[in-house]
Amino acid sequence: MEVGQLQRKFVDYTASLFCEGFLDEQFTQLQQLQDESNPDFVVEVVSLFFEDTEKLLNDLTRALDQQSVDFKKVDAHVHQLKGSSSSIGAQRVRNACIAFRNFCEEQNTDACSKCLLQVKQEYSLVKNKLDTLFRLEQQIVEAGGAVPMVG
Amino acid sequence: MARRVSCGSEELHVLAVDDSNVDRKVIERLLRISSCKVTAVESGSRALQYLGLDGEKNSVGFDGLKVNLIMTDYSMPGMTGYELLKKIKQKSSALREIPVVIMSSEKVLARIDRCLEEGAEEFLMKPVKLSDVKRLKSFILRGEADVHGEKQTQKRKLEEDPWSASPPLSSSTSSLSGNLSPSPPPSPSSTLQPLSKRTRL
Repeated sequence: MEVGQLQRKFVDYTASLFCEGFLDEQFTQLQQLQDESNPDFVVEVVSLFFEDTEKLLNDLTRALDQQSVDFKKVDAHVHQLKGSSSSIGAQRVRNACIAFRNFCEEQNTDACSKCLLQVKQEYSLVKNKLDTLFRLEQQIVEAGGAVPMVG
Repeated sequence: MARRVSCGSEELHVLAVDDSNVDRKVIERLLRISSCKVTAVESGSRALQYLGLDGEKNSVGFDGLKVNLIMTDYSMPGMTGYELLKKIKQKSSALREIPVVIMSSEKVLARIDRCLEEGAEEFLMKPVKLSDVKRLKSFILRGEADVHGEKQTQKRKLEEDPWSASPPLSSSTSSLSGNLSPSPPPSPSSTLQPLSKRTRL
């Protein structure tokens, strides 16, 4: 695929991620912080997010698996995840965390487990989307083009 | 205690405190892009260590760089941003003149009031934006100039305290961003407070 096509694909794909609510304005803010001196900023931040989230999801799974669930601990983990997803603009993950926290407050184990599933799903979705997006960027750069600024 | 500020230098050194890897990276970038020097640490205790307030030798930051601003997350395990703020603003603290800004993802009015009450310059909602940092930077730089006696009477958004006899030890204004809970302007009598307990509105 030649550069122009790749760039159009990139623009359309990015737009769809915003349209479908996977990403919000905060992601655009991050893109604006990237420049020639920091060309991998967004990838680096998102990678940190992936690392942190995977650990948090493991911690959450373990915490909800306990005989006696420590809801304060669960809530603390979800709060962290809500924060980091918000910081990178992963809107649907963040929204899933908000719902999750409400059930933590109610100390409802079943509902929390369902929420955890939901959060895992949303995370998996956005991770795939972002991986695809970054791959597209890489292809454009490799084809000698510039990555268009979207949003 | 002289405050070592080079008036000509526009480069602020900011100490950022946040337990989140993601947020630390973002705030670091926001500050660097705004031409600030940054030291990012992951906890309140690390911050106190860096500032030399942890009971060890009283120093200005072990790498010798004076800190012009502290930006700290509110919710952190161990020591919260609020607890860190209190430690820094203690009467006995050598570093109580350093402006402290609290960042939080939760807009809890009682929390905001408590922080401002304790001497925080501002309470920023997360995620922090570039415009927040730019605004903060220019506000701090104006404040720094004041410490050297060059009163900037026109540029302040809030009224100067007409009752203070001496130049303010630290910038007493905080920009009224949309993040603060609305409150009535201070009546003249409320400004007659000891400087250390001045309510920042």
